[in-house]
Amino acid sequence: MTVESTAARKPRRSAGGKAGTKRTTRNTAQDTDPELVQLLTPEGERVKNAEYEQYVAGVTPEELRGLYRDMVLTRRFDAEATALQRQGELGLWASLLGQEAAQIGSGRALRDDDYVFPTYREHGVAWCRGVDPTNLLGMFRGVNNGGWDPNSNNFHLYTIVIGSQTLHATGYAMGVAKDGADSAVIAYFGDGASSQGDVAESFTFSAVYNAPVVFFCQNNQWAISEPTERQTRVPLYQRARGYGFPGVRVDGNDVLACLAVTKWALERARNGEGPTLVEAYTYRMGAHTTSDDPTRYRHDDERAAWEAKDPILRLRRYLEASNHADEGFFAELEAESEALGRRVREAVRAMPDPDHFAIFENVYADGHALVDEERAQFAAYQASFADVEGV
Amino acid sequence: MAVEKMALAKAINESLRRALDADPKVVIMGEDVGKLGGVFRVTDGLQKDFGESRVIDTPLAESGIVGTAIGLALRGYRPVVEIQFDGFVFPAYDQIVTQLAKMHARSLGKVKLPVVVRIPYGGGIGAVEHHSESPEALFAHVSGLKIVSPSNASDAYWMMQQAIQSDDPVIFFEPKRRYWDKGEVSTEAIPGPLHKARVTREGTDLTLAAYGPMVKLCHEVAEAAAEEGKSLEVLDLRSVSPLDFDSIQASVEKTRRLVVVHEAPVFFGSGAEIAARITERCFYHLEAPVLRVGGYHAPYPPARLEEEYLPDLDRVLDAVDRSLAY
Repeated sequence: MTVESTAARKPRRSAGGKAGTKRTTRNTAQDTDPELVQLLTPEGERVKNAEYEQYVAGVTPEELRGLYRDMVLTRRFDAEATALQRQGELGLWASLLGQEAAQIGSGRALRDDDYVFPTYREHGVAWCRGVDPTNLLGMFRGVNNGGWDPNSNNFHLYTIVIGSQTLHATGYAMGVAKDGADSAVIAYFGDGASSQGDVAESFTFSAVYNAPVVFFCQNNQWAISEPTERQTRVPLYQRARGYGFPGVRVDGNDVLACLAVTKWALERARNGEGPTLVEAYTYRMGAHTTSDDPTRYRHDDERAAWEAKDPILRLRRYLEASNHADEGFFAELEAESEALGRRVREAVRAMPDPDHFAIFENVYADGHALVDEERAQFAAYQASFADVEGV
Repeated sequence: MAVEKMALAKAINESLRRALDADPKVVIMGEDVGKLGGVFRVTDGLQKDFGESRVIDTPLAESGIVGTAIGLALRGYRPVVEIQFDGFVFPAYDQIVTQLAKMHARSLGKVKLPVVVRIPYGGGIGAVEHHSESPEALFAHVSGLKIVSPSNASDAYWMMQQAIQSDDPVIFFEPKRRYWDKGEVSTEAIPGPLHKARVTREGTDLTLAAYGPMVKLCHEVAEAAAEEGKSLEVLDLRSVSPLDFDSIQASVEKTRRLVVVHEAPVFFGSGAEIAARITERCFYHLEAPVLRVGGYHAPYPPARLEEEYLPDLDRVLDAVDRSLAY
């Protein structure tokens, strides 16, 4: 009997785990990873990091309040969108709750001429790029499949097919390098996407062409119901080494650390040093989308453990302890936040259904005979009901 | 300038050279397209003359090739990518179908994707598995893509020019078994719009419609039929999406019979779409059902069987006889 056949006879149950198995200690080892870059502890304590300190050394109290404001408004917008889905105004919503620091920290590290390739959950990054939040809701309401001009804010359309956009980012970055520009490109993706072939190929292409791209992976621990250990046997940031570029794990709930690490990675890109993988270690506090039910696959105590590491709370603690923000600031922000919620609510409710003929618009840039023919048939069919209405 | 006789592969090479010369945003990408000049030498000498940043040897990853071409197009480039063989396009199928084809519409017309995907396709060269397929229908089913296939050197030259100038993604199917067929190419006289079919032989009794590698066969069929006193018209469709139904209709209204020929499997092939639409358009003109000749609903066979699988003179003549028997 060979060794292989002996192994094959062993029960495999240990690989899968049983439904309902407690996962409360699942993250402990990785949470205490000595490689995790952190500048702000969950308690709001500012800690120094020799390597990355320089990238936030010049951050003023006003900028800190700005980061806090960004996170609070993004969370408020996100909550409003979830509510709008519950009210039937949106068909679906993918909440970013818990990932505000990863998105605002990285988003605020960017320059205007940098280009962003997001997934469908990058509402905080969109906010940083100046995309009107109501524009993000069109596709979730079902009135369009995109709806903003990617070149207005250098923020590409949300990409739903997991990982595809990492190749677009790489190709765009190859173009930036050809143009001799010193802009950088950032590709967002998640722990689930890290298993996609397109992500692996984007690592290969960006490495061999030395493309100025930052791969920003938000490891929020869950790809719908599948935990990160279903995607990888090594910490994700370590994958970069195999492709020949650096990877770093940052506390994704620490907005300052995310800002610093992303600035470092962008600087590498601008200096012609090629791609970088940033793994922002964070947690998806909500469901995958409003259609998901996390109670079927994870326990509340896991979420509770991450609640103690909340990205907004820790910056508030720091702002208060360091006297960088007073009661007036927080009260004003509260009012602004409610106003944003109201504005989004009203804008979504007022969003008209698209014209029927939008089906045929922009299928091609230069036109297509069949589309023209079918549009005409559709028009004739629609017109055939005109008489009935008059009856 | 002059009219020159050249092989179809050389015509594409010259066309790519002209595009690289004319527009600094045109870049060539693919596996082995650089020093080797591609496995069929279609890009021969281009990297030497235009450099490694314009003629780019890529990693061996088709999804990566098309995906990064999309990114380059978003940056303002006009990538012309080579997929080495028909059967190797499928790793890129996701990028082509879910991204390349739809991005213009998703952006409500704000971004354009001027990407040409070159695919040497079809059989008849005695190749191993995955090197002889005709997957055009799998792309024609997808809106947002344009699908063309030249049958001769002149069209290869000009259709490539037009495909590169198109602001839409174009899948450019190159009839690999015709790569070495020579034809006259004028570098001055544009032979017509990209998506317009062309009558390449006039006839009165029946229309043979084909594109790419099967056009030459249809001419041989028409020649053989003429010896038997039958007058066949040959229509080179040139474009599979859009299909030029007006030209097919005009021909069928004249001849009243239609046989569509392609190497791709008949089942759900482009011939099926043509048959359905021409039946709608020409119902009272048709003297016989539209017949199709093509591959079988079986994997492309090993090379020693490909002559049985591919449409040939006798199989097309058989279909002609069946049509005329109605």
